[in-house]
Amino acid sequence: MSTPAAQLENIHKTYHMGEEIIRALNGFTTTFEAGSFWAIMGPSGCGKSTLLNVLGCLDRPDAGTYHIDGRDTAALTDDALSEIRLKYLGFIFQSFNLIPQLTVAENIELPLFYLGWHPERARKRATELADEVGLAGRLQHRPYQLSGGQQQRVAIARALANDPVLLLADEPTGNLDSATGVEIMEMISNLNQSGKTVIMVTHEPEVAEAARNHLVMRDGCIENIGAKP
Amino acid sequence: MRNNRFLRNIRLGIKTLLLHKLRSLLTMLGVVFGVSSVIAMLAVGEGASREALDQIRRLGSHNIIIDGVRPDSDEDDQRGDRVRLLLYGLHYADLDRLQRGFPDIEKAVPVKLIQREGRIGPQAMQLRMVGTTPDWFELVDRPMIDGRKLSELDMERKSNVAVITEHAARRFFAAARAGLGSQIRFGGTTFTIVGIVQSESAAAGGMQTPDRNTDIYIPISTAQERFGDSQEIRSGGSTSREHVELNQIIVEIASLDAVEPNAAAIEAMLARFHPRESAYRVNVPLALLRQAETTRRNFNIVLGAIAGISLLVGGIGIMNIMLASVTERTREIGVRRAIGAKQRQIVTQFLIETIVLSTTGGIIGVVIGMLIPWIISMTVDMPTYVTPISVILALGVSMAVGIIFGIYPAMRAAKLDPIEALRHE
Repeated sequence: MSTPAAQLENIHKTYHMGEEIIRALNGFTTTFEAGSFWAIMGPSGCGKSTLLNVLGCLDRPDAGTYHIDGRDTAALTDDALSEIRLKYLGFIFQSFNLIPQLTVAENIELPLFYLGWHPERARKRATELADEVGLAGRLQHRPYQLSGGQQQRVAIARALANDPVLLLADEPTGNLDSATGVEIMEMISNLNQSGKTVIMVTHEPEVAEAARNHLVMRDGCIENIGAKP
Repeated sequence: MRNNRFLRNIRLGIKTLLLHKLRSLLTMLGVVFGVSSVIAMLAVGEGASREALDQIRRLGSHNIIIDGVRPDSDEDDQRGDRVRLLLYGLHYADLDRLQRGFPDIEKAVPVKLIQREGRIGPQAMQLRMVGTTPDWFELVDRPMIDGRKLSELDMERKSNVAVITEHAARRFFAAARAGLGSQIRFGGTTFTIVGIVQSESAAAGGMQTPDRNTDIYIPISTAQERFGDSQEIRSGGSTSREHVELNQIIVEIASLDAVEPNAAAIEAMLARFHPRESAYRVNVPLALLRQAETTRRNFNIVLGAIAGISLLVGGIGIMNIMLASVTERTREIGVRRAIGAKQRQIVTQFLIETIVLSTTGGIIGVVIGMLIPWIISMTVDMPTYVTPISVILALGVSMAVGIIFGIYPAMRAAKLDPIEALRHE
């Protein structure tokens, strides 16, 4: 059996909002196998954003262990967590989050820049990725010159640049019209079929359809877990 | 690879700054003005002080110049004489005492001035003769252009020979050389021009032999013999008689260390033989030189303080904009952190942006700061000198301003919580 892409054990995370204590994750335990495609769902405030932040090494759990590709993330420094994001993770955001002053090519190359790739090699990789997401010939465009769907494709290409172990998507179709949303979900499904592990947070059941596994959360715990019903 | 990333960081910084051209330009303005005004002010100051130092240096740092001071005419007015007799100046005895009593004195050169109606070349005019010795030309560093200088033989024989300035030669004769061998009529005596000496630069007047560019130099022995110590001075309708033995004595001291002690000793000696203290003045170029250098140093310190303040203001302007920029680009910072940028790399990115901003401002400032003195020198007759050190310093300081005022906004950017930053609208 291969190493799980991500393994969470008894994760706790609480926030203080003034007087109130919010238990965003309350003893959360689960395993995301390599090559799986998960949709995380649940009402707002159920802790799914916190889960994604923990999975993305952007937030540290108060207690519990998190292994990514077999690597323990506990007690890692800020720099080491950055290193893990850089090498193991790819992010797809609801609002694309491209950097406006950079071209399409430069946006895709961003992870490679921090990985210290040679510019020529990085440009070659960016060109291939742009090709893959159907944006060949748009390398020198600026984000504002592209439609929402095209911007999300750039973001996907960027998330793939470092060949991540885990692709984390936060409402990837939230800012798109439904037709474009379907296109994007197809693209993500194809990526999963070619072997990428995908964990996606969404509250739209139609979008969740694309995933092979569903996880419904409530109050920081798993309410329901399993293969697509 | 590292170096490469550094270059790409700079490129990225420039690109980001070009995205808001007007804002970047306005932000740089503080540094531009700071740097350019410092360089321009230093250039003007340096030009002026170089000129002053040059003048003083030309007086000779080994020299001590003793002037006989003509008293204010009011002092004698009460006597009500029809023809007033003014007694002043240094004495032959002073020269003798200087030559005998001061072992450190290498040379002592007397100067005696005589003014008469005369004729030089085709022109009749009021002329001034400077009676002195051959050593004078070396002591005040005035090389010959043509012919010969006064000689010891001229002194002995009390010859009627004269040396004129290059300026006078050009003015009174067709060509500089044409004056050689010509005659000067002066006070009933005919002098033959034997040499032409370099004119003193117009600016250098004042302390040295009161030099007019048409002064005529003759042996002091001849001057004494032909004209004596008394002369009638006509000025503004009234006539006065003046009795002056020597107008000036220039002495050269063997070693530089001995200049100032000897000046003090000479002053003490003069005080003993001249009842009125205002009758003489002892000038020490070396002391003046030191004074001028101190003044220059103080001036530079003041300029440095002004420069510091203006660059500080420029730096605060940059910091202000960078803080706004960090807020504005919170999202970008969040994205970069999510992708895997370390805090250090965010710091580097923002720091490079501020350094690019301030250094570009510095470079523009240097160009403007070098243009201003050039324009001043072209339009107004004022010497300016842009010192290389001021340019290097200004550039260095503007770069330092970028680092100092960029570090806080950059740190703030790096310390942002990536989750918060990504959520920022």
